Amino acid sequence: MSEPNPTSAAGLPSEALAKEGNISAAEREDLRRHGILLTSLEELYGWGRSNSIWPLQFGLACCAIEMIAAATARFDIARFGAEIFRPSPRQADLMIVSGTVTKKMAPQVVRLWNQMPEPKYCIAMGACAISGGPFKQGYNVLKGIDRFIPVDIYIPGCPPRPEALLHGLTQLQEKIRSEKISGPQAARHLQPDAASEFPVPDYGAHDLQPPSNPDIFTAPVLPRKA
Amino acid sequence: MESLEQIRDRLLARFPAAKVELVVNPGTAAEHALLLDAAHARDIALFLRDDPALRLDYCSNVTGVDWPEREIVDTVKKSVPDPAGGPAKVVEEKSKRIQPGCLEAVYHLYSMALKHGPVILRLRTGNRTDQVTLPSLTPVWRAADFQEREIFDLYGIVFSGHPDLRRILMWDEFKDHPMRKDYVAPDDFEWEPTPHGEVHERAKAHYPPAVQPPDGPSVASAKEGPAP
Repeated sequence: MSEPNPTSAAGLPSEALAKEGNISAAEREDLRRHGILLTSLEELYGWGRSNSIWPLQFGLACCAIEMIAAATARFDIARFGAEIFRPSPRQADLMIVSGTVTKKMAPQVVRLWNQMPEPKYCIAMGACAISGGPFKQGYNVLKGIDRFIPVDIYIPGCPPRPEALLHGLTQLQEKIRSEKISGPQAARHLQPDAASEFPVPDYGAHDLQPPSNPDIFTAPVLPRKA
Repeated sequence: MESLEQIRDRLLARFPAAKVELVVNPGTAAEHALLLDAAHARDIALFLRDDPALRLDYCSNVTGVDWPEREIVDTVKKSVPDPAGGPAKVVEEKSKRIQPGCLEAVYHLYSMALKHGPVILRLRTGNRTDQVTLPSLTPVWRAADFQEREIFDLYGIVFSGHPDLRRILMWDEFKDHPMRKDYVAPDDFEWEPTPHGEVHERAKAHYPPAVQPPDGPSVASAKEGPAP
């Protein structure tokens, strides 16, 4: 431990401490130098969860190669606590949809999502998982996994670099840290009426049935000329 | 390797009942092919594989082609003698005929043993609706297995004698054949950020009613720019 900074130690703002919940990060850092750890359950909960996001180990296309590269020593996803790729959805916190979701594969992806326990998060990695990508106008590729499961982070790219995946992961960590554990703004998995499982689409004669989940997917409205 | 004409003549001598035609490819690739009839295709394939001069032991590629029905205009030039005794006039007579549609399977064969090839075989179905059966050549070349399944899936050619004829890319409940020319893809064009061309036309049907002018697109609405 370094010696406490005399100026900051002297200027410990007692009035700021008095205002509950209004301690700045710098002030808290000062306290920590004095050996006082000040935190809340909410923070501790978010801190722990955000630093041990275990992804589900599966890949759908070339984005998966970049995901594998992110797990290697060069990019080292272990720096963010997400190196433990679980082969079972029951043990996973994060689904990285890495690649093209064909309509034949979509029901299985939704089923895996349903099998993951809460709290769970989804990253749509790459153009295909976001919107269908270069196959958007084809007949056999789902135009974005967000038609069936809720997506937390979208990472554009074709495929995204490992750095982009790591950036997406840190964004997700920030999102997890900012989640509340009670009240109307509570995290999704703490709200009893929030949906956790989503209907698995059926194979139809011409397309998936239904082609998208109307509860979670509505096409964005674009103002444009008719 | 002997020329395609020589192969055809040998096949006709070996299988007198068979119908073997030479299909000439007029393009620069000049990939001419042998058109076989379905009844003798299996025997001819076995012959091509086992003949010591050919030994086409490697089927590198199997693909499908959809030939929809199309109208062909034949132009015939005729010289009509002038009754007045002048020079004869050249008159063009045009006649239309319908070329019936069919589905086609194309096999590209090579010889690994003799290092030659390709020899291209074509098989055609009777039509595009109910006579779509062709003999499978998977018993001759094992490599044709998945590719014939793919043709079955995407074009709808039924290969009789195939050991495991199921759809390979689309799901089993799927009813269409997406690579056919008359296939209509499912309409999920409701969210197209930058539509253009044909996609633009299809995406238009999904534009929210508020942005559509009440009585169709007009010059005035086009001038107003983007609707709110």
